[in-house]
Amino acid sequence: MLSVRIIPCLDVHAGRVVKGVNFVNLIDAGDPVEQAKAYEQQGADELVFLDITASSDERNTMIDVVERTASECFMPLTVGGGLRNLDNIRDMLNAGADKLSLNTAAVLDPDLISKASAKFGNQCIVVAIDAKKIAGENRWEVFTHGGRKPTGRDAVAWANEVVARGAGEILLTSMDADGTKAGYDNALNRAISEAVEVPVIASGGAGTLDHLADAILAGHASAVLAASIFHFGTYTIQEAKQHLQAKGLPVRL
Amino acid sequence: MNTRPRVAVIDYGMGNLHSVLRAWQHIGADAQLVHTPPEIRDADALVFPGQGAIVDAMRLLRRTGFDQAICDWVGEDRPFFGVCLGFQALFEHSEEGDTEGLGVFKGSVRRFQVDPGLKIPHMGWNAVSFEPGAPYTEGLVSGEDQFYFVHSYYVEPATSSLKLFETDYGGKFVSGICSGRCIATQFHPEKSQAKGLHLYRNFLTTL
Repeated sequence: MLSVRIIPCLDVHAGRVVKGVNFVNLIDAGDPVEQAKAYEQQGADELVFLDITASSDERNTMIDVVERTASECFMPLTVGGGLRNLDNIRDMLNAGADKLSLNTAAVLDPDLISKASAKFGNQCIVVAIDAKKIAGENRWEVFTHGGRKPTGRDAVAWANEVVARGAGEILLTSMDADGTKAGYDNALNRAISEAVEVPVIASGGAGTLDHLADAILAGHASAVLAASIFHFGTYTIQEAKQHLQAKGLPVRL
Repeated sequence: MNTRPRVAVIDYGMGNLHSVLRAWQHIGADAQLVHTPPEIRDADALVFPGQGAIVDAMRLLRRTGFDQAICDWVGEDRPFFGVCLGFQALFEHSEEGDTEGLGVFKGSVRRFQVDPGLKIPHMGWNAVSFEPGAPYTEGLVSGEDQFYFVHSYYVEPATSSLKLFETDYGGKFVSGICSGRCIATQFHPEKSQAKGLHLYRNFLTTL
């Protein structure tokens, strides 16, 4: 039986982890490679690096981070943030990333999804969707540019389009829930999960271990992404997995 | 003197081989990427990785001449490890793009059916079952140890004796085969942390 995946996400700025976890025994807590190794030790099922570097000059720094991580960690690695074209994607894959997450670039140029999927395979193309609930309706609008720009696109329609274009997975962030620690938006998770055949990773809002379980049980997501509950050492990956297992969900312990 | 086993990893243009190469190096192999068939002659083992579309893979294999080289290698029962697309391509035919494979083994590659709740691709960690004492499995626990999968098509070998590993995803499918010194897996050992490296190491120790 396929296990529910627990995926920690690390924000990386200019080659350094921004909100890292205070693992003991880390020589350099700001080093993404050390953080990645620590999460691998804890049993993380995958890892996401989100490159929040503003300038494209620093793209090479991220390539180096990915290369060093892939040389030492033997787990699936997704890289997102600032990937704009096929060259960016190819460079990251060659550096050792397994999957690339496209967000704003995919909305601005949906053909990029089709081209990238045709060229590199749908297994490595993740489309990240940032969605915000439309007040008074059971619908969500897609935002880009780190949640700053409304696009007028309906999230379910956009999810269907990205899958039709060859996305192999959707990383779904609720902008309403993100940062609240009050739980994922499971109405959103369920709406998207039921609309598409590819796996959906729920993101935004995890504050407790019950929230992780709810994203799967109520939101029908295939995986959960979380940052702060792991970074601040509130819970370990193992504790999260044991909790999911107690709720009857399949996990890899 | 270099006594480490020489592992040739075929680079035929199908994507990122960084992890595959690093994994073999990590467990002590003298692993190198090879780009043309003559380069594999002195290797102790051949690794056939791959991801993406099988149509492209077959086209590139034919262009580089690795199609024949792989058939010859396995035909001579030299040590061989296929992964993911490098597992599927060994068979006669794939439903993906109605593609003819290498035909090293009889059987075909089919798409998972979308049942309610069954996501495609099959992506993530899943358990692998095998018979007690099956080759390359020493130290692994059948039905418990999990490996990382990402695929939309699965292999249906024509002969059941090929089956080494089995996995459940909306029904049982063959997640690995073994024939003589040829092993191939649907999952990615190089992405499966300690268990994956353990399987690679079990193979390496037979060289």
